[in-house]
Amino acid sequence: MKSRKDQSARSTMNRSRAQTIFYTAAALISLLGLAEATYLTAVYLSGETAVCGGSPDCFQVLGSSYAKIGPVPVSGLGALAYFGAFTFATFAGFGYARARQFFAWTVIAMFCMTLWLLFVQAFRLHAFCRYCLFSAALVFLLTGLVVARPVAETQEN
Amino acid sequence: MRRYLPFIIVVVVALLAIGGGAFLYRAKRSANPTPKISKTEAERPGETIHVLGPADAAVTLEEFGDFQCPPCGMLSEPINRLQKQYNLRVIYREFPLAIHAHAKEAACAAEAAARQGRFWQMHDLLYREQAVWSKSTDARALFSAYAGMLQLDLGRFKKDMDSNEVQQQVELDRLRGAGIGVKTTPTIFINNEAVPGPKSNPDDVAALVEAAVKKGKPSS
Repeated sequence: MKSRKDQSARSTMNRSRAQTIFYTAAALISLLGLAEATYLTAVYLSGETAVCGGSPDCFQVLGSSYAKIGPVPVSGLGALAYFGAFTFATFAGFGYARARQFFAWTVIAMFCMTLWLLFVQAFRLHAFCRYCLFSAALVFLLTGLVVARPVAETQEN
Repeated sequence: MRRYLPFIIVVVVALLAIGGGAFLYRAKRSANPTPKISKTEAERPGETIHVLGPADAAVTLEEFGDFQCPPCGMLSEPINRLQKQYNLRVIYREFPLAIHAHAKEAACAAEAAARQGRFWQMHDLLYREQAVWSKSTDARALFSAYAGMLQLDLGRFKKDMDSNEVQQQVELDRLRGAGIGVKTTPTIFINNEAVPGPKSNPDDVAALVEAAVKKGKPSS
């Protein structure tokens, strides 16, 4: 009876540690994305044009009509999304159960947006911006984590 | 304490992001003081000129330039510096040469930007990025991208680029240049005196401007 209790306690501890590691990784990735998106937003708002070291492809993407929604730069929305992902990952890491769901939904929304932006770059603008590709890589990583999460949790159980 | 830790972390990150963003914005803004003292003046009916600096400046530098000409590109930044240093009156006129495939389109892009009050920003950008768009097979797409970076109304920019008014403006500048003997670019006039072709380089232009400023100053 006691050993079953011990086992259950150990399993709960392991699960909690795995979750902490998992959500810490997710928070760190979101933080990277937040830094990049904040940089791009500041550059956009300041009217700076020398981004991407004068790469024509980058100009074509960041200067296109797809780079903003109304007066709001897409990078600004990206910064908000990354901040949301970071917040939910942090709370989830501290054991807030509902934050896990919010984190997953935020990442799914970001993934869909990333697919759309990749489509636009590949088939409409025929140009890729290295900042956008970096951000896409981060979102894919986050999506990978979200997909892997239930598996990890099941294994822990 | 542990209960409040996630809140503290999130607030700290939010403050860092906002603070960092604001710092970057200010740094970029001060590195690119874009709103220049620029204006577009009407000269003759239907003709506009692009002017930087005060109307009563002691020295006026007028340039007939071609955005695709490399020597013009090399002069662009030094002239900007001279303008700030001596508070010159700088006039820019279009003189796209037929030998340059994208020169006329670039001139039209600058004129279209002028219609939204961003001539000098587009002027600087076209010269800075000259090496990129000159080699491009689709320079027009890049000009649109530049317009996007300058936060111009893209629909209006594209429409203006193709408009008769803009084409006419470029042609008027070119004819004006041809009328006073301009054959090549850059052709510079300092206080209405033409700078000899071989002297149209940053060092000589700077020396000539300095001499003109000294000449214009009342002796004490």
